[in-house]
Amino acid sequence: MQLMGWGRFPRTEGQVSTPRTEAEIAALIAGGPLIARGMGRAYGDAAIGAHALSTARMNHMLDFDPETGQLVAEAGVTLKDIIAAFLPRGWFLSVTPGTQFVSLGGAIASDVHGKNHHTEGSFGTFVDWFDLMGADGIVRRCARDRNADLFHWTLGGMGLTGVILRAAIRLKKVQSGWIRQTSIAAPNLQAALDAFEATYSATYSMAWIDCAATGDRMGRSLVMNGEHATLDQLPPAKRANPFAARGHLSPRVPVDFPGIALNRWSIRAFNELYYHKGRLSTGTGLIGWEPFFYPLDAIRDWNRIYGRRGFMQFQCVVPLETKAEGLTQILRAISASGSGSFLAVLKRFGPQESRLSFPMEGYTLALDFPVNTRSLALMPMLDAITAGHGGRFYLAKDSRISAETLRRTDPRWAEFARMRQDTGLKAAFTSAQSERLGT
Amino acid sequence: MKPTLLILGATSDMAQACAQKYAAEGYDLQLAARDPEALAAEAQDLRLRHRVEVSTHTFDVLDTAGFAAFLEALHVLPDTVLCAVGFMGDQPASQANPEAAAVVMRSNYEGPALILGALAERMEARGHGTIIGISSVAGDRGRASNYVYGSAKAGFTAFLSGLRNRLAKKGVHVMTVKPGFVATRMTEGLPLNPRLTAQPAEVATAIWNAQKHHRNTLYVKPIWLAVMTVIRLLPEALFKRTSL
Ligand SMILES: Cc1cc2nc3c(=O)[nH]c(=O)nc-3n(C[C@H](O)[C@H](O)[C@H](O)COP(=O)(O)OP(=O)(O)OC[C@H]3O[C@@H](n4cnc5c(N)ncnc54)[C@H](O)[C@@H]3O)c2cc1C
Ligand SMILES: NC(=O)c1ccc[n+]([C@@H]2O[C@H](COP(=O)([O-])OP(=O)(O)OC[C@H]3O[C@@H](n4cnc5c(N)ncnc54)[C@H](OP(=O)(O)O)[C@@H]3O)[C@@H](O)[C@H]2O)c1
Repeated sequence: MQLMGWGRFPRTEGQVSTPRTEAEIAALIAGGPLIARGMGRAYGDAAIGAHALSTARMNHMLDFDPETGQLVAEAGVTLKDIIAAFLPRGWFLSVTPGTQFVSLGGAIASDVHGKNHHTEGSFGTFVDWFDLMGADGIVRRCARDRNADLFHWTLGGMGLTGVILRAAIRLKKVQSGWIRQTSIAAPNLQAALDAFEATYSATYSMAWIDCAATGDRMGRSLVMNGEHATLDQLPPAKRANPFAARGHLSPRVPVDFPGIALNRWSIRAFNELYYHKGRLSTGTGLIGWEPFFYPLDAIRDWNRIYGRRGFMQFQCVVPLETKAEGLTQILRAISASGSGSFLAVLKRFGPQESRLSFPMEGYTLALDFPVNTRSLALMPMLDAITAGHGGRFYLAKDSRISAETLRRTDPRWAEFARMRQDTGLKAAFTSAQSERLGT
Repeated sequence: MKPTLLILGATSDMAQACAQKYAAEGYDLQLAARDPEALAAEAQDLRLRHRVEVSTHTFDVLDTAGFAAFLEALHVLPDTVLCAVGFMGDQPASQANPEAAAVVMRSNYEGPALILGALAERMEARGHGTIIGISSVAGDRGRASNYVYGSAKAGFTAFLSGLRNRLAKKGVHVMTVKPGFVATRMTEGLPLNPRLTAQPAEVATAIWNAQKHHRNTLYVKPIWLAVMTVIRLLPEALFKRTSL
């Protein structure tokens, strides 16, 4: 069948197996190269290939310790499942990406980050251990003090060290399902960067950035900060039922939008509206956890909005020293190309030392582009600007950078590839992405 | 007190989806399967997610002699029982080998009918209960490709219909489920038409809603009722030449 990631580009012909037991997984691994696949929310080709092993039926929660907040669960359990079960008991994810439709295995393999990266780190920070099945079919418990190399290679290792079977993660205690959000309208890039630095101590922060704006409005943004609301910060009506979930999934996007619906004018109009709507509602207010963390989840199958050919996400991080220059050049290249992105997100990362994980101290920018000749011509220019400013790329989003670009921007992967070669992992675990990038 | 659901064949994908649905609706669960070890993770998952009581039990539908002891060991007579046990077998093997055919017949008809019959007695004596049997559209008309399985399901369907008729005035409701194609372990690798194929969670929601409304027969995807009506109405002279 046809396999694809969230961006619906690229697509490969491949087989999917859905094992239910460890023995079945071991037999599949023995049968030739494969790649683990969770919820398929990686945008590009990280979880596709000739043979994908789906963790959809390995989705049991196994243990929870209300003293420590440690949850043990199988890799196919989704973040949505975890919130549904534990938020009503006063626990939330310590780190969450911008969608709930992500598996625990996928969150570890991409070492995902959330709006609190600068204050609390990436997903891996809250992983106590996981069980990993390797090329030999043997299950190894990996932790910071046990099979430590494998532990660190697997965080951000994009499924290329084996199949994560189950993991222990720590949840965070919260008093409510509400977030106190403060939004700041920043009229240009420098103002946005200043706002991030001035509010660095806020637990959560991110910005919607308008990449269609030019001139002195280039980089104008809505910077959003948030804190979990405590009980005494809730109005009495909400205090009685502080975890009540709000917001429902709206109907799916039924068919692929015609590609024409998204042109530079509609994007510009959308951003114009979004910015001004946001500018008018700046200040502090309470917002439910769903619209705060997962605004896109409200539109199911929104990835179809880009039409049949699909879309690509460009996500890079540029270090603090070169942030302003790097981001300005990227925004300039985008507006000059006339390509645009509905959804562009800017976020400050805190420091992170890790074997393979994407984040480093600096600013990350994420943009969606429809697959067409114009975007395909623009992207290598953005790659070059990123590389020239000491930045790097997020493989969970990537579908097209070259092996050469990866080698130049992120030498850690070459060492990883050697390790995979030496330990037999390379022959057992391959994705379309690992073949493209030589990882 | 919470109501209790007993699931026979609890390792099945459809059964697991039903367990999630009923637990989310506040049912305690009794899970029964040949290998209760295989239920450990599921039972733990249900307790953690839904904070309900879950017990696991050994149950082999071919072991009819053991049924009485199995029912004794349950402690609580369930409010609702769902039988998801089924075994498709291999049609050519069933044609060639009577023992293989007998296992299919006994797994889909004899065993399920006898255990549900025994539960029906107890529910009738108590004065209330719900019995849900997962049968199949394959039992609506015998076809060359799977008539051994289909005939056993036909027998099961007829048994459930008779039981429903008998207990209609006794406070015990009997529901027959015909899922159509469902993406489960049983059908993995088969080239199923996605329009005709349900996901296990869809089946669970449909069963829950149908039980609430005291439905008698449930076709999970309504299109299957149309498809099977056409297949049933084809004149035999024509039908016997088809390969459906
Ligand atoms: C709307 C949206 C918003 C997002 N926002 C963010 C964000 O804010 N921050 C962020 O960091 N990411 C974000 N992402 C990306 C997403 O979090 C990652 O791609 C994540 O890895 C997806 O998990 P998945 O279960 O869908 O995995 P898949 O897409 O199926 O797989 C992703 C990778 O994980 C590996 N993998 C999956 N399961 C296992 C396993 N059991 N064992 C070993 N390897 C495994 C795969 O091989 C693959 O390399 C977003 C994605 C979407 C669609
Ligand atoms: N999938 C479909 O398209 C489809 C369509 C119509 C009807 N059905 C029916 O739906 C029901 C559920 O099937 P499924 O699709 O979920 O497939 P499944 O996962 O293969 O389930 C079959 C179940 O029957 C159990 N079983 C088989 N023989 C048994 C025995 N001797 N004693 C006890 N349990 C036994 C199996 O237990 P083990 O784990 O021990 O093997 C398993 O739990 C079955 O009755 C099936 O006939 C399925």
